[in-house]
Amino acid sequence: MFARNRALILKVFSAMIVFGAWEVAGRIPVSFAFPTFLESSAAFWTLLVDGTMLKAYIETLKPLVIGVLISAFIGIGLGLWIGLSRAFDWLISPIFVVMQTAPLAALIPLLVMAYGIGLTSKVFVVCIMAMPVIVLNTGGAVRNTSASLIEMGESFLGDRKDIILKIILPSAFPIIFAGLRLGVSAGFIGAILSELKITPTGVGDIITYSRSIADYPSMYAAIASIIILAVMFLNVLERIENYLSQGRRKALVAD
Amino acid sequence: MTGRIENAVTVHNVSKSYGDVEALRDLSLDFPRGQLTSLLGPSGCGKTTLLKIIAGLLPASSGEVFINGTPVTGPGADRAFVFQDFALMPWATVLRNVAFGLELRGVSRSEREAIAEKYIIEVGLKGFEHSFPHELSGGMRQRVGLARALSVDADVLLMDEPFSAVDEQTRRKFQEDLLGLVQNENKTFLFVTHSIEEAVYVSDQIAILLPRPSRVMEVIRPSGFRDRDVNSIRRDPEYLDIVDRIWASLKSYVE
Ligand SMILES: Nc1ncnc2c1ncn2[C@@H]1O[C@H](COP(=O)(O)OP(=O)(O)OP(=O)(O)O)[C@@H](O)[C@H]1O
Ligand SMILES: [Mg+2]
Repeated sequence: MFARNRALILKVFSAMIVFGAWEVAGRIPVSFAFPTFLESSAAFWTLLVDGTMLKAYIETLKPLVIGVLISAFIGIGLGLWIGLSRAFDWLISPIFVVMQTAPLAALIPLLVMAYGIGLTSKVFVVCIMAMPVIVLNTGGAVRNTSASLIEMGESFLGDRKDIILKIILPSAFPIIFAGLRLGVSAGFIGAILSELKITPTGVGDIITYSRSIADYPSMYAAIASIIILAVMFLNVLERIENYLSQGRRKALVAD
Repeated sequence: MTGRIENAVTVHNVSKSYGDVEALRDLSLDFPRGQLTSLLGPSGCGKTTLLKIIAGLLPASSGEVFINGTPVTGPGADRAFVFQDFALMPWATVLRNVAFGLELRGVSRSEREAIAEKYIIEVGLKGFEHSFPHELSGGMRQRVGLARALSVDADVLLMDEPFSAVDEQTRRKFQEDLLGLVQNENKTFLFVTHSIEEAVYVSDQIAILLPRPSRVMEVIRPSGFRDRDVNSIRRDPEYLDIVDRIWASLKSYVE
């Protein structure tokens, strides 16, 4: 209880330091294109109440949600397979390792050439960003399942399905979820990047447009909104994880 | 019943190599029904290997193992393993861990929990049904593994250093309990230990193994003190004599 309060106080305190520094830097000013915190907040408020922000995010979230869902399902499935089969690991893992290190900006023109400038390309960008970490994390977690737990399952006559569902997946669960969290963060970057590099829609449009008319407060407000939303998204994911792992404990007790 | 086969487990000319490492060579040994046989030998001589071959978790390179006259081809309902490292599922409660063998056999929840409960009480863990393994001491975890093996009601219990993680007092208590189990449950026990005193104290038969590649050097059958009061065994001249004899023959390998 006390610890929780203290954590909250510290968080508020650190936010105040950052915003304070921003305000000071904006007033000096560091650059004429760098608005103060208060100006940006005002712009944020305007964008929020006139509905621009909401409309923009509906656009931005489309490729993000689709991409993240695809990455999660395919990623966990592939990861499970990679973790279970050496041969499949050697076949597939390198693709994702390369994907993880590939300069995405260089790939975008290729994607646009292949899939146009619509939703498909953007979903692809999100997937390229989000999937590798999900696949590789899941694969690693599955492969590292304690050999003695698997032996235990075999000795008590579990079949392959039992061992995967009742031993391997539960034991890999925390790391799979950590991969999912990293995947979502990466997917966020992908979604914004695709709006800046493919076609300006959604929040990317607010950023591009306000820069072109030198409305820097709005531009910074849009950038800040991305950060806020990403943090909120990760928070929700963390809650889901807590809920699931508690539910899982309860389910196991009850099951 | 089934033609009275005297030995519950027969190991016949079993060899096992891991690549270049020859762990067992032509090892033959009989395990009389309803009795406790200890495997005693230097570290790395292949005791765990032998137990896992009997459990059907590892294939032998050559030779055969028979359980009640039937050759072993894999794990079976007639054997239960107590693992040296406990092999408990950290995400599951004591109750689920103990009932897990039955769960894998498809026993209904209420039935398997009733059985598990009985053995949880038997190993002295009443009140810890809903604790998780990380909330238990090493000795308590070891007892969870024991209860799990007991609850599937197998003919043959394979125990790999089951008392390795407990202090001396608890160990002595477990040894007494084990003697009680051998007497009351009509099961055959295979017991791996590093302790000469422990082996002599609990065993009907002690097999001393040679260092790698392992064969049986000697089989000792303590007889005089087995039906004595458990408290006086450690003072019995035959007990002390056998301990000395085993130490004398093992000493040459330590030096
Ligand atoms: N999976 C494996 N791969 C390669 N070699 C192995 C493997 N398991 C065991 N060995 C080798 O086989 C030999 C016997 O191992 P084992 O675990 O059966 O010994 P142990 O008698 O149980 O030893 P300890 O008393 O220390 O537990 C060891 O020398 C070990 O190096
Ligand atoms: Mg061993």
